[in-house]
Amino acid sequence: MMDAPQIVKTRPLLIARNVSKRYGAVQALQDVSASVYPGEVLGIVGESGSGKSTFLRCLNLEEDPDHGSYTLDLPDVQGNLFDLDRYARRMLCATRIGIVYQNPHLGLLMKHSSSGNVAERLLIAGERRFGVLREKARDALDASEFPLDRMDAPPIELSGGMQQRVQLAKAIALEPALLLLDEPTTGLDVSVQALVLDTLKKLQQERKITMVIVSHDLGVIRTLSDRVMVMKGGQVVEEGLADQVFQDPQHAYTQQLVHAKL
Amino acid sequence: MTVLDVRGLTKGFTMHHLGTQMGAFEDISFALQAGEFLLLKGKNGAGKSTLLRTLYRSYLSQGGEILFHSDHGVIDLARAADVDVSFLRRTEIGFVTQFLTARPRVSAQDLVAEPLRLAGQEPTEALRAARHWLYTFGVKEELWAAYPTTFSGGEQQKVNLARALILPQRLLLLDEPTASLDVHARAALVERLGELKAQGTAMIGVFHHPGDVAALIDREIDLTPNAFQDEDRKDVAI
Repeated sequence: MMDAPQIVKTRPLLIARNVSKRYGAVQALQDVSASVYPGEVLGIVGESGSGKSTFLRCLNLEEDPDHGSYTLDLPDVQGNLFDLDRYARRMLCATRIGIVYQNPHLGLLMKHSSSGNVAERLLIAGERRFGVLREKARDALDASEFPLDRMDAPPIELSGGMQQRVQLAKAIALEPALLLLDEPTTGLDVSVQALVLDTLKKLQQERKITMVIVSHDLGVIRTLSDRVMVMKGGQVVEEGLADQVFQDPQHAYTQQLVHAKL
Repeated sequence: MTVLDVRGLTKGFTMHHLGTQMGAFEDISFALQAGEFLLLKGKNGAGKSTLLRTLYRSYLSQGGEILFHSDHGVIDLARAADVDVSFLRRTEIGFVTQFLTARPRVSAQDLVAEPLRLAGQEPTEALRAARHWLYTFGVKEELWAAYPTTFSGGEQQKVNLARALILPQRLLLLDEPTASLDVHARAALVERLGELKAQGTAMIGVFHHPGDVAALIDREIDLTPNAFQDEDRKDVAI
């Protein structure tokens, strides 16, 4: 166990403590805790069924844990976020938390225009002026390196990589404090995957967005993360600096994961 | 002024799939002063690079202390919080290898300027300094705005050195930075290390050919277990 921070005085933006969730006989999450500092990227790795995506859905307030607490250190945001009512959750998610799913169908209205998908976020947050909506949607799509001449095309007509860029634009349109990424590049061609990762890296560096990224792909996690958490069977088996976890894994499961990587 | 005080440091690796333990080094103690250059000796496998990585916290130690005298007080790097280690890596502790971690679509000059920008320097000033160091290490001017992903190994190495040495650090860990470097770049590297040393940077290095940096070395530590029992062979680099 490492010491408490001694030099860095900033508080973590995100603190989750003892988050547990059971589906029938399956313990999906068992006392999962995590802290993420402002501007930091936390990567969560683990195989299917490790609980990593469930944990991310809890952080996005779309899943109710059986117990545990979750706080974000932001002005006007107080208390355990798991206790918020539906309306407060929806507002918080729309304005402060962005998410990109592996499956674009979960994050986008596939038959509406791409710009409309991004603008919807802004509408929920109360923006009504058409010019501003279009302007901000354009900026967010541009920052996600989406070709602007296609901004009115519906996602269903776009390639997988482009759909992820629309999701990303939607997620960052309101400059969220926290960006959650659930296997954002899984299923894309390798070359497209590299470009999307590259966009994420660039955005992170320019905007210092705090991110939590979940993936079974160690390469993706290694490319983006400052710190890594390894999950297995609903529990955290190891966490540490990304280079340390990959170069000197301590837990048998992490060693197996790292050695299995091409 | 003490920069690093290592006490009883021990490192080994547990290999779960074999059910075995492999020792790397045991009970190492030494202190390092500002401006001091320490050479790590020992044959292959003696744990030289492992020690450097343990000091940088890429490896976790199993015992002992790594007391680093930072600008913010003394901190044990063996136990320090991840955020503190990340912070110190950005500001006070550098690690120089022979390999560049190139990033797609980031130009050589931006990559070199990045440590300065992250340290809060004004971007045009950082870029000017980056170009100066690319020039000094002998990277051709036509390549400064290009992406190093496609550079030859030698050119990537020079970009890496420029980036790693642009920002003076309190402690610099050097893992064979001269390996396969051309004569000009090696001279530039030695000169830069001398400059940083004079400014007070403490250094610990592993060199395949220690002769490259002979003029800088203040002290040596031999990591070979029972070093005196080993035969002295001139054809094996130490």
